[in-house]
Amino acid sequence: MNMGLRGFSLRLLLIAAVLLVWEALVRTFDVPAFILPAPSSVFVALYRGMASSLYLDHIGVTVSETLMGFALGSALAFALGVAVALSRKVEYYLYPFIVMFQAMPKVALAPLIIVWFGLGITSKVVSAALVAFFPLMVNTIVGLRSAEEDRINLMRSLAASRWQIFWMLQLPNAMPYIFAGLEIAMIFALIGSIVGEFVGAQSGLGMLIQSMNFTMDVAGQFSILLILSMLGLLLNSLVAEVRRRVLFWDPSQKIEAAGSAAAGKGGVQ
Amino acid sequence: MRVVAPAAERAAATDVIAVRRLSKRYGRAADGILALEDIDFSVPDREFLSIVGPSGCGKSTLLKILAGLLPATEGEALLNGTPIDGPRRDIGVVFQSPVLFPWRSVLGNVLLPADVQRLGREEMRARAHGLLKLVGLDGFEHRYPWQLSGGMQQRVALVRALIHDPALLLMDEPFGALDAMTRDAMNVELQRIWMERRKTVVFITHSTAEAVFLGDRVLVMTPRPGKVGDLFQVELPRPRSLDVMNTEKFGGYVRRIRGVLNAGGGIE
Repeated sequence: MNMGLRGFSLRLLLIAAVLLVWEALVRTFDVPAFILPAPSSVFVALYRGMASSLYLDHIGVTVSETLMGFALGSALAFALGVAVALSRKVEYYLYPFIVMFQAMPKVALAPLIIVWFGLGITSKVVSAALVAFFPLMVNTIVGLRSAEEDRINLMRSLAASRWQIFWMLQLPNAMPYIFAGLEIAMIFALIGSIVGEFVGAQSGLGMLIQSMNFTMDVAGQFSILLILSMLGLLLNSLVAEVRRRVLFWDPSQKIEAAGSAAAGKGGVQ
Repeated sequence: MRVVAPAAERAAATDVIAVRRLSKRYGRAADGILALEDIDFSVPDREFLSIVGPSGCGKSTLLKILAGLLPATEGEALLNGTPIDGPRRDIGVVFQSPVLFPWRSVLGNVLLPADVQRLGREEMRARAHGLLKLVGLDGFEHRYPWQLSGGMQQRVALVRALIHDPALLLMDEPFGALDAMTRDAMNVELQRIWMERRKTVVFITHSTAEAVFLGDRVLVMTPRPGKVGDLFQVELPRPRSLDVMNTEKFGGYVRRIRGVLNAGGGIE
């Protein structure tokens, strides 16, 4: 929804107002900093952390864990999703495991993963991959199976092989589902690596929150939360950007595409 | 059981399609549904055959059998003398909806059969441009299906069905989803294209007027189970204009179809 410049400045004003009220309340009622820090002290903590490059190192660790976990989890999820969607046999034998795993809260596995893979970065990558895995696998399966019968019949009428139907129809047809899965997987991977860091780590934003909690540095924790939500937003828009380029033909993106086509009329030819 | 007929009797040398005592049953012999019973007809080379019948008369089932998408229960269908027992590369099909892939451009969609059958891309590209010009879509090669109107999409589907130069063109109510005016225009257009390319066409429709307007011959199917109710020649000179629909002769053919369908309980 586009509300124009007026709407945008109103939005900024609202955020500023909330921060001001928050600040005023904390000061007026003298709320202790270990319960609710004033926004000003959160920003001070953020500034100190960034200036001393302390935060940057930890951000680097968490981001690389998240990206590696995302890549690992997505690759496995895609491969297994394809296998399940294409082979009834694979589906039949794997299905009980899939259901069982899906029902289990994956973060509950984090302590075990630390035991198996140690305190280093590997355990966080594994935990991120595990959490990111399921949404993408399910979406891959559903997407590959969503090809309309008419389209399958068209391919069959051309005497297309099973593989040609997969490459030329099912896979491109599944892309909107797969990208929706990837967007979720990216955010889930971030959750997975933070949870891994909570349980046991030598570095990373999750470990930083944990240690700040011990020293009752609540303003510091707030500043990390702020960074995490920014990170989540950034990682998500990364996937969304790739999606926009790949899925220019998808109906759910068509409003935008039609808009740009109208703007650059004639350029299409 | 298949009776092997002597070659001479099996099919006239010029018959592209020969359907012999064809039946199709869905489900088991005891309680299944008989969709087609004892269908018998042939289509000589370069003929335009219209098949008309009400919904549920099994005409789409017949088309699927001819396209090799469904096996017949009894009898057989021959294409240029060889039985159709699976999808074949020398058939082009136009379905009820255009069935275009939104991730492929117009040119990409048209070249789909060439990609599947690994035909020379350069030669096919040249053919595609020629055919797109023939249907009035030159300049639209790099558009995407969702940027085209319904009529234009169906023309793309027609070009796609013709790109690999099939021996037979099957059309399953291709203009059924279009509005009446676009439909008339598409019929005139199809006749022009057919007269220029002279393919053997089996055209399925539930519109009596469309069947008579386009067909060299009209095969009327009656429902439950689908049977051949009538098969007659349309003696109207080509090219036929839309005005031909107002002539007494045209009306006579349409009445003849209605008569057969009424007798067969096809029209409620």
